[in-house]
Amino acid sequence: MSTRDIILQKIRENKPSEIPMPSAIRFESHFENTESKFIETLTTIYTEVIVVKNMAELAIKAEELYGKVVNKATTIPELSNWADFSLNVSDPHELETIEMAILKAEFGVAENGAVWISDNYLQHRALPFITQNLAFVIPRNAIVNNMHDAYDRLKETTGWGCFISGPSKTADIEQSLVIGAHGARSMVIFLMEEF
Amino acid sequence: MSKAIIEHAVASEVFNKDEPYVNWHDETLWFVRQKRDKSSKQLPEWEQLREAASGIKNYVLSHMDELLVSFEQKAKENGVHVHWAADAAEHNEIVLGLLRQHQIGKMVKSKSMLTEECHMNEFLIRNGIDVIDTDLGERIVQLRNEPPSHIVLPAIHLKKKDIGDLFHEFLGTEAGATDPQYLTEAARQHLRDKFMTRRAALTGVNFAIAETGGFVVATNEGNADMGAHLADIHIASMGFEKIIPKQEHLAVFLRLLARSATGQPITTYSSHFKKAREGQEMHIIIVDNGRTTQLGRPDFRNSLKCIRCGACMNTCPVYRRSGGHSYHNAVAGPIGSILAPNLDMTKNADLPFASTLCGSCSNVCPVKIDIHEQLYKWRQVLVKAGYVPQVKGIGVKAMSIVLSQPRFYQWSGRLGRSVMRTIPFVVNNSLNPWYKQRDMPEPPKESFRDWYVRNRKE
Repeated sequence: MSTRDIILQKIRENKPSEIPMPSAIRFESHFENTESKFIETLTTIYTEVIVVKNMAELAIKAEELYGKVVNKATTIPELSNWADFSLNVSDPHELETIEMAILKAEFGVAENGAVWISDNYLQHRALPFITQNLAFVIPRNAIVNNMHDAYDRLKETTGWGCFISGPSKTADIEQSLVIGAHGARSMVIFLMEEF
Repeated sequence: MSKAIIEHAVASEVFNKDEPYVNWHDETLWFVRQKRDKSSKQLPEWEQLREAASGIKNYVLSHMDELLVSFEQKAKENGVHVHWAADAAEHNEIVLGLLRQHQIGKMVKSKSMLTEECHMNEFLIRNGIDVIDTDLGERIVQLRNEPPSHIVLPAIHLKKKDIGDLFHEFLGTEAGATDPQYLTEAARQHLRDKFMTRRAALTGVNFAIAETGGFVVATNEGNADMGAHLADIHIASMGFEKIIPKQEHLAVFLRLLARSATGQPITTYSSHFKKAREGQEMHIIIVDNGRTTQLGRPDFRNSLKCIRCGACMNTCPVYRRSGGHSYHNAVAGPIGSILAPNLDMTKNADLPFASTLCGSCSNVCPVKIDIHEQLYKWRQVLVKAGYVPQVKGIGVKAMSIVLSQPRFYQWSGRLGRSVMRTIPFVVNNSLNPWYKQRDMPEPPKESFRDWYVRNRKE
């Protein structure tokens, strides 16, 4: 018998008798203002939130904040003049020198400040991690209250996706919080009104 | 290869020699526990969430086989290779085989307590594979040639000076530098080079989803993603109990996990892997290593519900004052002490006794495992099976004689009180285990019984 079949057989012999699935597994969160809660949560995890009207305003903001940075990449066609680093590479290792990336993402979660990004929005999964600094752009009306609402939106998932909540961090040295472990050293989220 | 085991009580005694250090360790972990409290209180539905998580995991225990079969089928449909390992040795051989097949001699690894349990690093290194742990805490303990002392905070037993000295030796940081920001930056540079040059990455699995064949890996540092997305081959190792039925159940578990672990509302990265990226290979190894046996123990099978948040360690008065290494097991603390005897009763017979049975672990457990009750039950199993040293038995027998004879009990109490008053050095010395790290209490003038008898007369 294969290892697989032996393990499955032992499980069948040893598992407890039928226990039904509990009924209450989904909970509503009630925030006075979902967007304010999202911003408040992100502030506590060192992330700035900037509201912009449209792509034109985003382009102006991007220039204002990161114009002088070298090695800027984006997945947003309207920012192609701003970027100086092409993502048309076949090997993700070539992304190593990116300093700043502005990426479109799908939605945000108010209770924990997480933003969902997936294969639908990226040709390189490594990009949000390998870039030194990161900004996401999401529609201003795409913020859900909690993780239950988030998974309602994720019925169809892609090959890979990730909730990212703030910049990379660690507290492995004497519990002192340090921002910028292996992933992005800083995070900004743009909420766009006319996406 | 296995080192001689030092019993928990003996190892704790060594740990307790430096009092300010132990106090610091105790307070640091208590601080993490307080962050968990604060965070959990922000959710009015916290207790219902724990109930939901516990209920889903109970369902999982009773449907384990079906869920694993469904997971395997979906994962294969997604193009992922699925392997099964009966024990640590088979798991390690599978990893080595995959690396050899691809002619890879160097690998990066993100946190996986399962590979610690399997002693995979030692095995691979013996076989000429260079394995680099990429979680900062894990890299620190790896450079020190130590195991992690905590499942979430691997280097929590170290002071920044220890890490500064270590990095000076291995990473060339300035001598005497102890600034966490500076030291973390040095590790970032050192490990970035590893990420860029390794073709294989191994990650753990926090949750595997039967419905989709996908799995979730949670980190704060981003090391699992850096490794996996840059490597040609991604290997994910999971104990089979990591399975959950549906993707929507992740909401319950992700809401509980980081809040219980560190007080964060969610980890920085919760990465959902389902298919390999183009040109990449993805492998999942499903491991038993004693879990089927534990599933067959009605009193202890609930331990398989654990989601490895570490809350039981942070709250445990014994863990906080004895340190993770005293438990000589990949998973330390209360949860480790109920998992370890299943793996090896001879080696781990001491662990269920490393507890005051105060129950704080069960109170904070996000999936409501009855940890302290299982600790108590393991003691009985181990004593009956003859795994507990005789000395412990003699003490318990003496206690039982005293407590079963009221007159003898009253006489012993009077004798004890008068000895403590008149010749205190008889008990205030190092021969008395209660005197270690403690002052003996002031002896009362009379016992409650004497007081009660006198007052009832009046």
